[in-house]
Amino acid sequence: MVKERADLVKEMENTMENGLMNQHEVKRESRGLRELSIKLKVKNLDFYYGSFHALHSISLDIPENQVTAIIGPSGCGKSTLIRVFNRIYELYPRQYATGEIILDGRNILSPKEDLNLLRAQVGMVFQKPTPFPMSVYDNIAFGVKLYERLSKAQMDERVEWALRKAALWDEVKDKLRQSGTALSGGQQQRLCIARAIAVKPEVLLLDEPCSALDPISTAKVEQLIEELVDDYTIIIVTHNMQQAARVSDFTAFMYLGKLIEFDNTSKIFTNPRKKETEDYITGRFG
Amino acid sequence: MSALKNIDMGLYRKRRFFNFLVLFCTMLATAFGLLWLVWLLVTLFTNGFQYINMAVFTQPTPPPGESGGLANAIVGSLVITVVGVLIGGPVGILAGTFLSEYATHSRIAPAIRFINDVLLSAPSIILGVFVYQIVVVPTGHFSGWAGALALAFIALPIIVRTTEDMMKLVPNAVREAAAALGAPKWKVTVAIVYRAAKAGILTGVLLAIARISGETAPLLFTALNNQFWSNSLNEPIANLPVVIFQFAMSPYEDWQHLAWAGALLITVSVLVINIISRTIFGNR
Repeated sequence: MVKERADLVKEMENTMENGLMNQHEVKRESRGLRELSIKLKVKNLDFYYGSFHALHSISLDIPENQVTAIIGPSGCGKSTLIRVFNRIYELYPRQYATGEIILDGRNILSPKEDLNLLRAQVGMVFQKPTPFPMSVYDNIAFGVKLYERLSKAQMDERVEWALRKAALWDEVKDKLRQSGTALSGGQQQRLCIARAIAVKPEVLLLDEPCSALDPISTAKVEQLIEELVDDYTIIIVTHNMQQAARVSDFTAFMYLGKLIEFDNTSKIFTNPRKKETEDYITGRFG
Repeated sequence: MSALKNIDMGLYRKRRFFNFLVLFCTMLATAFGLLWLVWLLVTLFTNGFQYINMAVFTQPTPPPGESGGLANAIVGSLVITVVGVLIGGPVGILAGTFLSEYATHSRIAPAIRFINDVLLSAPSIILGVFVYQIVVVPTGHFSGWAGALALAFIALPIIVRTTEDMMKLVPNAVREAAAALGAPKWKVTVAIVYRAAKAGILTGVLLAIARISGETAPLLFTALNNQFWSNSLNEPIANLPVVIFQFAMSPYEDWQHLAWAGALLITVSVLVINIISRTIFGNR
């Protein structure tokens, strides 16, 4: 037992050395964490659903204008984690978080934080498309109207901008007055993304945005993520490891409510430090 | 007989027989239920339809032996029903909203829900006597206001219940999506949840209208009746159910004819309201 642990430590040291070397090689295609400015700094985050302890002391630095993927088996706390970043969990009593999440120098877990303004700054797209029961145009305008006074022309411009960003404009430009619920599933999800970016948040949380989509729509959403990352800090939860590998710059692997490993995506997928990570990405469990 | 050797045809025949038996029983029960409704409609049409003419809609209720119509009762019924819904509707919708959106985890919600259910099944005559006690006795006279209030109390629990149920049907994902854009709770409720539950809430209000437009007992104690046109809700006011009650029990044939006509009118309008609400809810 003791011997095993010693071996493990040695092994870890080895992989860490390898990792550092790897990072040098990787640097050309993706920058290391240290060179990037940090948008969200998570410190010792614990999360509870009533008496159930769902997240255990998570600490994590989310870099600005990069795509960070969160992967892990079902029930590991991926969705729980990103639901803390905009405090959407506050809709339900008995759910609470302790620790700190620093966004632009302020702790967003502080009771003084204005939740509505926070959510305008940290947008979110959910697993299932959730178009509002109103027209495509009004779906986009709804969030914008909450915080901005725009003229009709400015609003038209914003709606078009958001729909173009979400690669949906060409498909819906002639049916802006039709109900958003009448669109196809893939279009609905891109509508939800357009709606989220229309309010111009700084951080965009994507909670398994493609799990209800067909492969073509998925490809469109992934392409969209690549285009959006210049302007937004994107955090995506995904069940699909290929997707994480395709779209993200950094990847966090979670297991049983703990953050196991966080590193450059290429590193996580080619040379993970932890055995659990390796087991998961090679499909040995999960 | 069967190509599959492991099938026990006896067992299969037995199951088919029971299937047939149960199906037959359910159809019989449905037919039994519908029979009375059809009978009622047929009776109303055969007895009442011949007495429906322009005078019914244009002339007020006559003294025995003279010609007249039901115009004052029709208008009176419309007025107290509308006023009743105007009182009960907003209160009911707000209470349903509170139960569905704001009191979901509080301990007061189950208590309110229980009391509402009691009110829902309270005999309407009790509500009539209650309003008699709190409005008619202090003011010293029967009035349209008292009638409308009694009807509001009957409509209220129906609207509370349907509003809560319909708002609860709106998936939480939609509320989350709106909140995630930075919308405050009231905005989520008004702009998103109401909009999504609109057809259901409207259906509840229409069903409440259908229910109160035929209520008689509470009106006997509150609005009473009026042989003439009422100029204000402060006076007793004519209304179809009480007129039907009075005219049907009378020994005068022309009054009885008007009662048939009135009964047909109420039944048909309740039927129409129900069909409209079904259509609205069906097309949402």
